[in-house]
Amino acid sequence: MTADTLPPACSTPSRVLIEIPARTEFVSFVRAVLTGAAEAETGMELERLEDLRVAVSEATTNAVEAHLHAGSSQRIRVESSLADDEVVVVVHDSGPGFDPEDLPELPPPESPERLLHESGLGIPLMRMLADESEIRSGAGGTDVRLVVYSSARRSRK
Amino acid sequence: MQAAIQSRRRPPWTVLAVGGELDAVGAPALRQAVVAAVSTGGTSLILDLTGVDFIDSFGVGAVVGALKRVRQRGGELALVCPAPRVRRVFELCDLDRILTLHDSLDAVGAPDAAHSADARL
Repeated sequence: MTADTLPPACSTPSRVLIEIPARTEFVSFVRAVLTGAAEAETGMELERLEDLRVAVSEATTNAVEAHLHAGSSQRIRVESSLADDEVVVVVHDSGPGFDPEDLPELPPPESPERLLHESGLGIPLMRMLADESEIRSGAGGTDVRLVVYSSARRSRK
Repeated sequence: MQAAIQSRRRPPWTVLAVGGELDAVGAPALRQAVVAAVSTGGTSLILDLTGVDFIDSFGVGAVVGALKRVRQRGGELALVCPAPRVRRVFELCDLDRILTLHDSLDAVGAPDAAHSADARL
């Protein structure tokens, strides 16, 4: 487990690199480090910090589960770049990958069928909370890239 | 950090007071507590999330599972959820359309039997 914060050089973004074992117990650590770094290094509004916290949790848990399902003992890499107006997070896993366009659609909330689905909310939630999100999945694994703007005033997608 | 759950009776409700983090690590404890409460006859549950510091889709999934279990038995689920950051996650998932989010435990009235009979799976 490593967390290195390189000192910021005036206006250049701070970079944070975290590597964790593929275990869900380490996800709260990633959340705490990135949200803490964003709070310290950027002018991010409180509500956006909470959006970042949840979006990072979903992306990192997904990566951990990809490794667990694949039986991979490799670590999960999380890279973040913190600028004053936005935080960029890239979560990399080396799991088998998936088609981000082929996620099962959940029934509407009012449908009794909806209660049969206790999972499947993570990626939609992550996409709603981040201002920009991109999932690149292939044979080498999956990169999830999230951008959360510091201020809600900046236009949302 | 794990979730900590305390159960107590407030007839006709069973109250599960949840603290900590409802993520992939904490959510299974909530699921187990709900199964235990329902199996001992607590068909109407209040999930008091006042002490929850963090919730993501895993916590929301456990709450959806709780709703399913109580409705299967003709019971009802009430959520106490004063923190905007927790409430927002339920709202983004559109679950505020099927769950009433209460500001405090005192704001939860008697279970609405007609509603729960209609909504029975």
